[in-house]
Amino acid sequence: MLRDNTSKVVLIGGILIILFGAVAPNWIVNQLMFGFSRALAILGLLVLWRTGLVSFGHAFYFGLGAYTVAILDIQLGVTDVFVRLLGGACLAGLAGFLVGFIMRNYRDIFFAMLNTAISMVLYGIIVKTESLGSTDGFAISLPTIFGVAPETKYPLFVVITTVAIVSALLINFYLKTTIGRLTTPIRDNEIRVEYLGFSVAHAIHLKYTMSAILAGGAGALMAMSLGQVDPDSMINWTVSGELVFITILSGPGNVIAPFIGSLVFEVLRTYAFELAPHLWQLIVGGTFLTIIFFLPGGIWSLISKLGRSTS
Amino acid sequence: MTESKPILEVRDLLKTFGAVVAAKDINVDVRKGEIVGIIGANGAGKTCFVNMVTGYLKPTSGSIAFDGVQLVGKGPREVTHAGISRSFQVSQVFHTMTVAENLMIALAIAKNRGFAALREMDSPDLLTRRDDVLTRYHLDSYKDMTVNVLSQGVRKLLDIAMAVVSEPRILLLDEPTSGISVEEKFGFMDVVIEALREDEVTVLFVEHDMEIVERYVSRVLAFYQGEIIADMSPKKALADAKVQEFVIGTRH
Repeated sequence: MLRDNTSKVVLIGGILIILFGAVAPNWIVNQLMFGFSRALAILGLLVLWRTGLVSFGHAFYFGLGAYTVAILDIQLGVTDVFVRLLGGACLAGLAGFLVGFIMRNYRDIFFAMLNTAISMVLYGIIVKTESLGSTDGFAISLPTIFGVAPETKYPLFVVITTVAIVSALLINFYLKTTIGRLTTPIRDNEIRVEYLGFSVAHAIHLKYTMSAILAGGAGALMAMSLGQVDPDSMINWTVSGELVFITILSGPGNVIAPFIGSLVFEVLRTYAFELAPHLWQLIVGGTFLTIIFFLPGGIWSLISKLGRSTS
Repeated sequence: MTESKPILEVRDLLKTFGAVVAAKDINVDVRKGEIVGIIGANGAGKTCFVNMVTGYLKPTSGSIAFDGVQLVGKGPREVTHAGISRSFQVSQVFHTMTVAENLMIALAIAKNRGFAALREMDSPDLLTRRDDVLTRYHLDSYKDMTVNVLSQGVRKLLDIAMAVVSEPRILLLDEPTSGISVEEKFGFMDVVIEALREDEVTVLFVEHDMEIVERYVSRVLAFYQGEIIADMSPKKALADAKVQEFVIGTRH
């Protein structure tokens, strides 16, 4: 059996990236922050995808997380990065837990689109509500960390990377537990899982809630890194689409994959936009097709192949 | 053995689907250690009976008591927890996973109930147990193969092995030899029955093959149109006029 070095790689890689961020130019630090923030949501979608479930509406939780930060900042004057993050993640988690009672009964396209429906309800409410910023959204102040207001974005970058490391380690462990292993079995044969004595509904509910917490945390961190929230970049269905896109781009093979996939996506989109402002979707779409045709296991399958050939 | 209290007591079981009566007046006592064969033509109510005992179907009326515990109203999961497992006519396994992985998840679910499900799955203890089951069910050589590529016979062995890792007291096998070639069937049943006897599991199995019934069961339940028409030793049952007419005679 192959030994799993994932947690070591996550820990060492994460620390190296934090050190690298101290000397890297601003634009790279920004890309890393956006990439790692979004990757948290992908981590949750990875768990669902392994279970055979694709949500086309996780912008709901992403947006909830982001807007919680905005409300905490503007209405309550909360500046602390951890309070904001936990607020966003917990609210999204609570929403996910409640919505999960419905979602755990649906599969396939129904699961995917029911999630879209819920996210579009929230989108509609926010767009129509003046006090929630309507289509303009809000600007968000740079968070304080342990009571200190940083002058650069680097401390926030350190927080985001640390949260990314911890989340990756937790999910990596989760995927090794009995309940965490109940992904492919549920995708393959739900009846058998029930007859073995485990409730499929409970297992899916837990995974769904976890994915909501992660997406909420992702939205909260993204809001703070961007310094603003607005419905089109946080809750619209295109955001859900992006999340699914990055999940497929990354591949379900390993918890490190979402972080690589998200970074590739950030860089791809930035350069595609600079290169061809009117055709950038074409480039992103072409990449998507290439991945599906030639790398069905996502970018991660390239890395795991490399790893196997060198060892 | 006959004096001991039955482990499974089925009383006046009735199951109707609208106007169709799928099971009627089913009264059965099963004692510990028995190997009971359930025979009958297609549509006679055999699988319906298995599905009611394992909680997949809810009887219209009647009672099923397992060691004094009422099973009617319980779902498959609760019945499994109570100590009754089943295998399936068409093997129900995880087809994109390897044989070893299939067994491991079955073991882990059985052994890591409640919060233990949050512990790492691959414990040395479970790995040892897994290898033990692989050996006893002659699955060693298929260990690392994906179920997709395996023959029906191997899948069925795996299906049964997965059902017994929870150490059930009663095991229901739904047509264990269906889909298995004539040359393989006795070897297959030898492996299964030997392993089950070792564990002292009480077995009820649905079977169409009278050679298998004659060779492996201690008692026969013959079903015809939802009712039990014979409950006796295999020798008597196969010689019984009603069984010959309604069960064996209508086989083909």
